[in-house]
Amino acid sequence: MAELFAPEHSAPDISPIAATVAPAQTQAPLPAGSVGVVSPQYIAFNEPLRLTSGQVLPEYVLAVETYGTLNAERSNAVLICHALNASHHVAGISSDNPKDIGWWDNMVGPGKAVDTDRFFVIGVNNIGSCFGSTGPASINPATGEPWGAAFPMLTVEDWVQAQARLADYFGIRKLAAVMGGSLGGMQALSWAITCPDRVAHCIVIASTPRLSAQNIGFNEVARRSIISDPDFCGGDYYAHGKVPRHGLAVARMVGHITYLSDDDMAVKFGRTQRSPNGNGDFHYGYDVEFEVESYLRYQGEKFSTYFDANTYLLITRALDYFDPARGHGGDLARALEPVSADVLLVSFSTDWRFPPARSREIVRALLKNKRPVTYAEIDAPHGHDAFLLDDRRYHAVIQGYYDRIAAKLALPERSQTTGVLA
Amino acid sequence: MTAAIAAPRHVRADLVRIASWIDPRSRVLDLGCGDGTLLAYLQNNKDVVGAGVELNDDHVIAAVRRGVQVIQQNLEEGLALFDDQQFDTVVLSQTLQSMHHTEHILREMARVAHYGIVSFPNFGYWPHGWSILSGRMPVTGEMPYQWYDTPNIHLCTLKDFEDLAASLNLRITHLATFNGDREIKVLPGWRSTLAVYRFESPNK
Repeated sequence: MAELFAPEHSAPDISPIAATVAPAQTQAPLPAGSVGVVSPQYIAFNEPLRLTSGQVLPEYVLAVETYGTLNAERSNAVLICHALNASHHVAGISSDNPKDIGWWDNMVGPGKAVDTDRFFVIGVNNIGSCFGSTGPASINPATGEPWGAAFPMLTVEDWVQAQARLADYFGIRKLAAVMGGSLGGMQALSWAITCPDRVAHCIVIASTPRLSAQNIGFNEVARRSIISDPDFCGGDYYAHGKVPRHGLAVARMVGHITYLSDDDMAVKFGRTQRSPNGNGDFHYGYDVEFEVESYLRYQGEKFSTYFDANTYLLITRALDYFDPARGHGGDLARALEPVSADVLLVSFSTDWRFPPARSREIVRALLKNKRPVTYAEIDAPHGHDAFLLDDRRYHAVIQGYYDRIAAKLALPERSQTTGVLA
Repeated sequence: MTAAIAAPRHVRADLVRIASWIDPRSRVLDLGCGDGTLLAYLQNNKDVVGAGVELNDDHVIAAVRRGVQVIQQNLEEGLALFDDQQFDTVVLSQTLQSMHHTEHILREMARVAHYGIVSFPNFGYWPHGWSILSGRMPVTGEMPYQWYDTPNIHLCTLKDFEDLAASLNLRITHLATFNGDREIKVLPGWRSTLAVYRFESPNK
């Protein structure tokens, strides 16, 4: 993961549309349902992007992976939108690092719920992120220095606008589906609102039409942790050769708690002590005493080695800003009036970050607008993280929905079932 | 595995009758829609715009596969997701007898749609009386449960339901009664195992 900020400087690959899946040449056989060894392409856009904030991003690069084959009608494309800390590497095995498996590999692949035997799946790293697309660590063409604190603020709508240009690049007029979980679900919903004629199906998982005060509160704690780290240097730490690693690690620890349910943490850690004294006694100090502390510290420290602090700030702020009903007096149904896509929503019962009630608000608004909507509320114990985990019911709903999309588009029938449902 | 599940070949007589009371191209809400059989039938034969509510995971998955717009929810929590008079017809098929809040769900049905259709097992079916006279709770085709494991907590007869409907100002427009797949026209209060009512909402 060392060259995270480097790839942007490589020449963008604008070769004809083809799967970026390299033929498997590794000695180990591929796991069933894997898209195989994958490598990203970097696509440069020179047309300035006018952002919601009024600022302009003069040019940018998007890191992209694709799986499957775009059909002649270009009707079978699925866009996968990522959440806070993920990337374009949605599925498969990274060509750089065989241990780097895509973040939604259980969902996307040949025979999986999002079946790459039939669909052309696009994973895109959003601008502002730190996995190859233009972000705060990239070079500002105006100064020749890293953008740092000068990188413009972003919104979900800005990302969608950039993704729409990516669809243009592939010659895709209408996406068969846009799909995402959490912040990715916000992007899917935003697609349906802002580009209604370009998205046939919208799949919004474990998401919300707006952050609550509690959600914003957690984000603000994370941001203060980063900003108050002395190594943050006002956001220009790249120039000082520093990284606000402690602040970023604490931010991640806070975030991580919100992804898990209380029950899940009780089962995983309970009050188990990390390495108690011989008689089982406490150490009576501030070093790690409980397993949960050890786990959170490990997660935070690991995260701080590969994620960019400015990206964390930008993305949490974009989360805070998302509120499509804001321009309609808080009336979500009116905000969703342009939506013409068929919408599937999924929520998880123990997700207290974006609880089922938030998804139901979207369902209610779509019903009010007489739009087609399907809603599954999965009774799963794993909190917000459940959208990334193996749950047969959840995957069966997604698979069933995609099989319907395939039938509507007259795509071939599913030829195999792999992954969670195998 | 097939990508799409076609409309079922055989549809129960009571569902066919329910379908006959629903206008083509109207908006239908099916409460406790199961695997989406009725809605898929209505979509294919009457071109209705349908939505279903269902709690069971496997049924929700089956309904999604059928291309039915299904919303996973416990009906006991009410119909807060739906606006007043949002549908032309709301259907509650063989579920009323297992609901805790019988009056509430009927009021909610009248709130969200112009017409309601309700079916339930007829407790007045004469063998039930015979069973009780011989000292046992009835166990029959429409009610195949023992007294201790039955989900049916609010059983009623035709007259009982008609009294409740009247008290809620639900004007009954149609009644059909069945015994298995056979429609019962003579002495339905005694001879039918299943009653299907259509009523008009006072809010229409």
